[in-house]
Amino acid sequence: MNRGMTIIVKTVARLISGLIFLFGFYIICHGHLTPGGGFAGGVVVSGGFILLFLAYGSEEAKNEIKIWRASICESLGTFFFWLTAMIGLLGGSFFFLNILPKGKPFHLLSAGIIPLCNLFIGIEVAASVFGIFIALSTLKRGDKS
Amino acid sequence: MMYLLSLVLLIIGLYGVLVKRNLIKIAIALSITEYAIFLFFALIGYKKGGAAPILVEGVKAESFVDPIPQALVLTAIVIGLGTTALLVSIAVRIYEKYGTFDIREISKLRK
Amino acid sequence: MNPETIPTGSNILPLFVAIPLGAAFLMPLLGKLFPRLPDLLANLVCLSLLILSITTIGHPLTVYKMGGWGSASGIPVGIFMVLDGLTVLVLIIVNLIGFTSALFSVEYMGKYTDKTKYYTLFLLMIVGMNGVTLSGDLFNMYVFLEVAAIASYALVAFGTEGEELEAAFKYQVMGTIASTMIVLGIIFIYSYTGTLNMADMGKIIGASGHNRLILLVSCLFIMGFGLKAALIPFHAWLPDAHPSAPAPVSAMLSGVLIKVLGIYALLRILFNIIGMTTLLLNVLAILGVLSIMGGVLLALGQWDFKRLLAYHSISQVGYIILGAGLGTPLGILGGLFHFINHSVFKSLLFLNSGAVVYSTGTRDLKKLGGLSRKMPVTGTTSMIASMSIAGIPPFNGFFSKLIIILACIQKGRVGLAVWAAVGSVLTLASFMKVQKYAFLGEVKEPLENVKEVPFLMRLAQILLAILCLLLSLLLLPQFRGAILEPAAKALTNGLKYSGIVLGG
Repeated sequence: MNRGMTIIVKTVARLISGLIFLFGFYIICHGHLTPGGGFAGGVVVSGGFILLFLAYGSEEAKNEIKIWRASICESLGTFFFWLTAMIGLLGGSFFFLNILPKGKPFHLLSAGIIPLCNLFIGIEVAASVFGIFIALSTLKRGDKS
Repeated sequence: MMYLLSLVLLIIGLYGVLVKRNLIKIAIALSITEYAIFLFFALIGYKKGGAAPILVEGVKAESFVDPIPQALVLTAIVIGLGTTALLVSIAVRIYEKYGTFDIREISKLRK
Repeated sequence: MNPETIPTGSNILPLFVAIPLGAAFLMPLLGKLFPRLPDLLANLVCLSLLILSITTIGHPLTVYKMGGWGSASGIPVGIFMVLDGLTVLVLIIVNLIGFTSALFSVEYMGKYTDKTKYYTLFLLMIVGMNGVTLSGDLFNMYVFLEVAAIASYALVAFGTEGEELEAAFKYQVMGTIASTMIVLGIIFIYSYTGTLNMADMGKIIGASGHNRLILLVSCLFIMGFGLKAALIPFHAWLPDAHPSAPAPVSAMLSGVLIKVLGIYALLRILFNIIGMTTLLLNVLAILGVLSIMGGVLLALGQWDFKRLLAYHSISQVGYIILGAGLGTPLGILGGLFHFINHSVFKSLLFLNSGAVVYSTGTRDLKKLGGLSRKMPVTGTTSMIASMSIAGIPPFNGFFSKLIIILACIQKGRVGLAVWAAVGSVLTLASFMKVQKYAFLGEVKEPLENVKEVPFLMRLAQILLAILCLLLSLLLLPQFRGAILEPAAKALTNGLKYSGIVLGG
């Protein structure tokens, strides 16, 4: 766990993780057109991070991926989601109002604020699942994190 | 007939929660119980010969299976994820304090 | 859809959920930068919520449609938030106890590790409870219920001592099983009515009457919500979970969480959606009496201050359910009045126990003694709270218990009234024991250096103690008509709820 796996696994993980991130991002962006959306896409993206973490071992990976970054991303994600919901309320209309222009159906840029919501939720879910993984796996005795 | 699978999973899950002594096994069994209920929920919306409820050009809305249970199950799965994560982290902390996962050993509150 | 023009006054409803949610999401970001900010932000938010909830007194029934999605060809497709008399009452209680607990936590939580995370979870719990209260849609109510419940599981485990973790694990497993039963009930009722909107559901069930499926659903809901409300026989998690939590969290848990998540949701569903029958009323009344007697009898042998209070919570919740289970307007009025009173005096008692733990470090009654000389504010407020819970005039507990007993006799069920009175006497005995051992008597050796608690903790206790006295005035006709009677009417309206919500 600490030292990581063999060089073959490391190289393949490096190559594959890019594809995983792309696939996860695709699921997040097309949330209003195909099944998936923020939650499922976020979990896939965090799977990519976890793969890198497992392949390189916690010693090396901890230098690259810092825990506080995951925590900040998670808070930022939820905060911007709350902001998008509040824009409707502050503008004098309803909570969660769909204000951005709704383009033609079945196109990527359509359906108002829904793609934005998906994006922020995707960031937040990815950060939080990865954060949970790090917290559970690197916890030492007596360490309060 | 399909609901039978959901019932079997529910019974397995409840058996696990009640009988097993290892904390992690209790957490897994609890997740199985939840997922059994979600499976039941998603199956309820099924309509014979229905199409997947995605708006694609050319598919009429009347032939969809019920999309509401699917959306609700998605939400409930995420809630279940949060619950399981919290449960497992509490179990890990218990292991640090007591050194064991066995619930017969960690009964300080009884005294 | 075109945004509809909003009726004036209904804009306030989403604020109850939006404000603490935003603060909870903002807090992890800013908490690291400014050390004093979490305290300030949380208390400001709770105070503003309290003021907002007080301004809703006397509002007509308001419906707020989230996102502007109203009805499509007569079927409500959006998620509604509904404010009626009962909602106003519960909102005021939740935000009041939230504010006083937040005041208390400023000093008390200094002894724990991470205040930022504590306040985040605390505000999330308030979001969940406000959401359950305001929700007009059954699954939305479930989602907020889970939010509040998960926040409370994390808060119980906050101190990360061995006992607390074990209690949190047990609480979480039982709470999740309760949620599973609630989801099963929601599934069945959705498949029967085809809608999740509570008013629409009430209309459909009212039109078609009861059958065995509705009976099964009621059974599942009573089990699920009963476990959240800690009725006997579903109470096993409460005596472990409530004492292990930090004191302001125990005050919130015992004072509002079991009541909002358990009793409010159960009463709302049973009265307004499913519609009460004599069978259901009898079940509720019997569960109420069992809880009253079970709680007090189990509490009599306790020497741990907080565990004793937790057992008494079970008993007092029994009074509320007994009042509601009578079905008469007087009974429901008594039950709801006891709802308010119990929140106030039970939170005060838990805050007192927190003050005792803060100053002396122990909860064991055998080791305490003579504290009222060293801690005058805590001693006086605890005497006031003990007299309230035991039902001594002129404090509020007396009036609400009296109304419940009178309602029992009025309905002709004198046996239940006798059990309620016996429970009250035993509660008095139990709290006389607490007072004698903890506060009166001689100061024991190790407690010589005990001092009174800091200012904000005293302020929170004094606020609640004053309310214990003032709330008896709630029975005067002006106040009763403003707060209690609309709430009772919301429940006795029963299935007319759906007509009112959908028509307006």
